[in-house]
Amino acid sequence: MNGIPMEHGLMVAAALFAIGLAGLMFRRNLMFVLMSLEIMLNAAGLAFIVGSTAWAEPDGQVMYLMVITLAAAEASVALALVLQIYRRFKSLDVDVVSQLRG
Amino acid sequence: MTESLLPLTFLLPLAGTLLLAFSAGRLGERSVVWVGTGSIALAALVTASLGAAFILGEQSPQTVNLYTWIAVGDFTPGVSLTLDALSLTMLSVITGVGFLIHWFAGWYMRGEEGMTRFYTYMNLFVFSMVLLVLADNLLLLFLGWEGVGLCSYLLIGYYYHNDSNGGAAMKAFIVTRIGDVFLAVGLFLLFAQFGTLNIAELLTRANEAWSVGEPLAQLTALLILGGALGKSAQLPLHTWLADAMAGPTPVSALIHAATMVTAGVYLIARLHGIFELAPAVLYLVGVIGALTLLMAGFAALAQTDIKRVLAYSTMSQIGYMFLALGVGAYSAGIFHLVTHAFFKALLFLAAGAVIVCCHHEQDIRRLGGLRRRLPLAYLSFVVGGAALAALPLVTAGFYSKDEILWQALAAEQQGLLVAGLLGSLLTGLYTLRLIVGIFHGKPNSEAAKKAKAGRGLQHTVPLVVLAVLSTLLGAWLRPDLSAIFPAAPGADAHSGHTAVQLIASATAIAGILVGAWLFLTQGPKLARLVAGGVGGFFWRWWHRAFGFDGLYDRVLVRPFLTVVCGLRRDWLDAFCGLAGQLALALHAGLSRSQNGQLRHYAAATVVGATLILAVLVMLGYE
Repeated sequence: MNGIPMEHGLMVAAALFAIGLAGLMFRRNLMFVLMSLEIMLNAAGLAFIVGSTAWAEPDGQVMYLMVITLAAAEASVALALVLQIYRRFKSLDVDVVSQLRG
Repeated sequence: MTESLLPLTFLLPLAGTLLLAFSAGRLGERSVVWVGTGSIALAALVTASLGAAFILGEQSPQTVNLYTWIAVGDFTPGVSLTLDALSLTMLSVITGVGFLIHWFAGWYMRGEEGMTRFYTYMNLFVFSMVLLVLADNLLLLFLGWEGVGLCSYLLIGYYYHNDSNGGAAMKAFIVTRIGDVFLAVGLFLLFAQFGTLNIAELLTRANEAWSVGEPLAQLTALLILGGALGKSAQLPLHTWLADAMAGPTPVSALIHAATMVTAGVYLIARLHGIFELAPAVLYLVGVIGALTLLMAGFAALAQTDIKRVLAYSTMSQIGYMFLALGVGAYSAGIFHLVTHAFFKALLFLAAGAVIVCCHHEQDIRRLGGLRRRLPLAYLSFVVGGAALAALPLVTAGFYSKDEILWQALAAEQQGLLVAGLLGSLLTGLYTLRLIVGIFHGKPNSEAAKKAKAGRGLQHTVPLVVLAVLSTLLGAWLRPDLSAIFPAAPGADAHSGHTAVQLIASATAIAGILVGAWLFLTQGPKLARLVAGGVGGFFWRWWHRAFGFDGLYDRVLVRPFLTVVCGLRRDWLDAFCGLAGQLALALHAGLSRSQNGQLRHYAAATVVGATLILAVLVMLGYE
């Protein structure tokens, strides 16, 4: 690493995570919710990379590979669900899909 | 042979019950009648062959042990059956009369809803009743005892669409249950004393351990008597029987006339050894019988429903049986039980024939003039009524009732004898009133004018057979019970027997003649007499059977209900209910949080995670 301190990397990761979280909580469109999830996953991945570089350990990089694989799988499943939801409710508003309640 | 055949007497009705219960309505009406009647017919055949073998054989009691029901230490009550003269007599009545009634019921119930249910309960009843009389230990007897109570409840409430029928069923169940509690405590007492419930052993041990008049023996006898009073509808637990007439008429014939209500008589006769040790209680049995027979006799005079007249007359006749037991003439009591089963079943079935032919009109005042239209029912009523009123020489009822009165005299119980004689006068009166009301005079309603006589073997044969059994021929079937019971008080005395016979005959004939004169020729005058004044007072009083229902309602039922209503919201209950209330409140809160909004869940997760992290940081984990 060319002199970027670990704190900076972690702060970027934290900022990304916060953005994703905010999107998850405040967005109502399902596509944006999914994108927010992706952002959060990548934020976590970034934190792994920063950590592994700082301590010169390969584990974090391996972890990141796993995270993106997971993210791809998750995206495919989630997109399929989104399609189904759209077919059934003719809407992508996450508040409309609230039938599973106590 | 007995060993293999005896269990069949209760297994066949049980098989019928199970077959009908599990057919779940897939059987048609005809097959249901065939199965229901067939199982009892086979049981009756088995009983007949058992009886033949018993009478031709050595006539000693035989016990068949099927298996041990419970084994706890020394207490091993088994499902074991005893066949002796007494249980054979009862068995013959149950399966024989029971078969005829089942057969007739096929005609009576034709086209009714729920035939399968009807025959299932009827077969279950016969099963329980057979267990009751064959049981060789009191626990198995108690099982049968409760089983017949259950069937009685189920069948009284057979037409359950009508609320009042359900009420009558509950009344019967609860009132007899009061008696059963006494019986159960009596059994506990016997078990605590002797460590066994086997009847034969109990009687021997009680005889050895207790002297005559021992307080514990008195108490036990009193408790057992309580059970018998409830089941046999004797004072003061008699109120349920008249209401029990809500069930179908064959049920009244089988359960509430011929068999179940006489179970109390059987119980006392079976446990006579204990009652012999408690002479005061035995005397009480006789007094209760006498009081009941008079009370029910007066009440029967003032009923307007055919079946209620017959119900009170059943109480009154069971009163005679109790009177017989009370003077120690067990054999006479059982003899009257048998003849009563014949003629009362006949009367009930004939009443059923009238009721069906008149489209379920049961009110005497709305019937009348049916003797030409329903000749067979008329004949049955005349024969059955003559037996009920103990018409001398030609009827079965005369021989058994005469025997009871004679034994009462021989035991020097003049009071009981007078009560019995007065009762027989009343019997003649109400029997005539019933017959005249239904069959003579003018038809008083459309239903009675258009009555059509029943047809077919199902209708005719049971009536004819029972009518034959109610005559002199039935009296020839007198069982020989001398091996079981101690000698009756009048066994070797003869002075006065003829006098009693003559007086009893005279009273019975007087009752019948006065009844005939009163009800055939003095109808309008009687109607005026009961319309008001003193006559009206007595009419209303007797019509309500001396107001026992109202009394119990005021003294027992309403206070109980008041207490129950008061206890519904007491503080202890509220305190115990607190846990439930808390759970409900928590549930309401948690269920509100499950609102299905994904974003709320995400926010909740964030808040939760943040809190946990904050706590961890504050506690110093880094």
